[in-house]
Amino acid sequence: MKTRYTYGGDEHIYVEVDDEMSLDAFFKSLSMSNAVRNANIKGVTEICPANASFQVRYDPDVVAPEEMMKKVQELEDKAEDAEKRLKTRIIEIPVYYQDPWTHETLMRFRERHQDPSGTDLDYAARINGFDTAEAFIEAHHSQPWFVSMVGFVAGLPFLYQLVEREKQLQVPKYLRPRTDTPKLTVGYGGCFSCVYSVRGAGGYQMFGVTPMPIFDPDQKQSYLSDFMVFFKPGDIVKWKPIDRAEYDRILVEVEADTYVPRIAEVDFDLEAFNADMPGTNAKLMEALNVV
Amino acid sequence: MSFKVIQPGLSTSIQDLGRPGYFHLGIPIGGAMDRFALRVANMLVGNPEGAAGLEVVFMGPQLVFEQDALIAVTGADLPAKIDGVTQEGWAAFEIKAGQTLSFDFLKSGARAYIAISGGIDTPPALESRSTYPIGALGGIEGRNIQAGDVIPVGETDMIEPGLSVPENLRRMPGRPAELRVLPGLYWHRLTAAAQEGFFRDDWTVALEADRMGYRFKGGKPLEFVEREQPFGAGADPSNIVDGCYSYGSIQVPGGLEPIVLHRDAVSGGGYFTLGAIISADMDLIGQLQPHTPVKFRKVDMAEALKARAARKKMLAAVRAHLG
Repeated sequence: MKTRYTYGGDEHIYVEVDDEMSLDAFFKSLSMSNAVRNANIKGVTEICPANASFQVRYDPDVVAPEEMMKKVQELEDKAEDAEKRLKTRIIEIPVYYQDPWTHETLMRFRERHQDPSGTDLDYAARINGFDTAEAFIEAHHSQPWFVSMVGFVAGLPFLYQLVEREKQLQVPKYLRPRTDTPKLTVGYGGCFSCVYSVRGAGGYQMFGVTPMPIFDPDQKQSYLSDFMVFFKPGDIVKWKPIDRAEYDRILVEVEADTYVPRIAEVDFDLEAFNADMPGTNAKLMEALNVV
Repeated sequence: MSFKVIQPGLSTSIQDLGRPGYFHLGIPIGGAMDRFALRVANMLVGNPEGAAGLEVVFMGPQLVFEQDALIAVTGADLPAKIDGVTQEGWAAFEIKAGQTLSFDFLKSGARAYIAISGGIDTPPALESRSTYPIGALGGIEGRNIQAGDVIPVGETDMIEPGLSVPENLRRMPGRPAELRVLPGLYWHRLTAAAQEGFFRDDWTVALEADRMGYRFKGGKPLEFVEREQPFGAGADPSNIVDGCYSYGSIQVPGGLEPIVLHRDAVSGGGYFTLGAIISADMDLIGQLQPHTPVKFRKVDMAEALKARAARKKMLAAVRAHLG
């Protein structure tokens, strides 16, 4: 990993912790962006952590760009020494894979896809060496995921799977982006999963849909009462496959504003995880059983 | 006090100076694309500079006022009319209860700003009234205005009409429009020839030009320095591991058509960016119509800061002029 510092115009400093994705790069960028936040530097207006990078927006009339750059660079050593431990939460997100709505949409945009003859899941399964879409789905939901970034549009989480690099699922984005994606589609692009928080354009492959709203300006769901955006970087997600009947059941609760997602407080230790991934993941997922 | 929307125009939205602080959650700052024009319009009618007004794109709305108010229209040259009588741009004029504010055809620029004494008083969302339709935030129910809307306006003591801003204190793009760029971000991904070509080529504004971003076409495709793509970045040489986007940053998907992200920017994504439009020139982009010829000019940080100071000085001059 080699950290690269650069300017984004006269109002942003952009720090690329690594040009490739890894949990180490994510942890370092998160702890550096936290350090910048905790330093309360005058003139800073926004701090945006991303997968393996982060950005600081500042007012150059308050703090000169070179001075701001120096302050951010000085925090790198501190972040280096920071414990790679996180008090966070694991959330079970129900997913109706191979649902009729994303299916209808993916058929509508077939000519923009690498493989117009099949579905997004068939294609993803094949290029990742799985015999069936079902086997690919199993790989997608059997191990948990880390929310490594929130953004693109309001409240959309990017998720990185907690498995060795050799086991990471990788799927390219659509050849040309779609102009439509159903709300709450569970998508996939590169090595990242995502949940489309709102309906709109998108380039990620579509695998299924969750009935659980994750962004709501009206904040009607109890779990959105603190803020209209549900996810934050560092959250851990376990996908739970559900069928149509369960999807419909949850939707009734969502519409009555009574749906309560399963959430458990957990500690995540990067070194413990690197030493024993299946064991660490099993413990994380066990926490959900006592909710 | 309120006014009623008879015709909304093409795409008219309520905007103020935006909602900073939520970009890390994918909620952009938003607000007027041409902030200088909105500030001046507000000053002309005696409002705080950041009061909410209307941002009008290409085609004006038709509005009926319930009470007397002071109006100013700045930005694009979109002549305002009261009951059919043309009014001066960049000047404050009075509208009486029951009168209709309408507009002539657009003469130049792209976005006009309508300030109303008292300021638009819709409920703020995340401390701002700016409309962000993707997230259904601000404005009226999170959307642009439509026929039949009754838009509330704050109470205020009306100042005298008649204030105006002379031409030398207005700002519109030249032709070709010059947009100054500070190279950075993923600038190193381009070959030296592509770096040079980007600034040498003639570009024009494409049809896809809105509050999220402005697309440009007409220049030669940009070539990338060869490399093995990093893990997680995606196969195309213009791909990166999804990162944050700066306001004003210039991404070039596939090396083909540059897109400058504006006030309603997506907060991140998987395309390399070659640098960003300097803060002093962001307002100008909001005044560019499709097909407008554009030149990008390379500047360094010192020049970017000098330009920023010049913009502040111009705003101060308007404040001094209007007393």
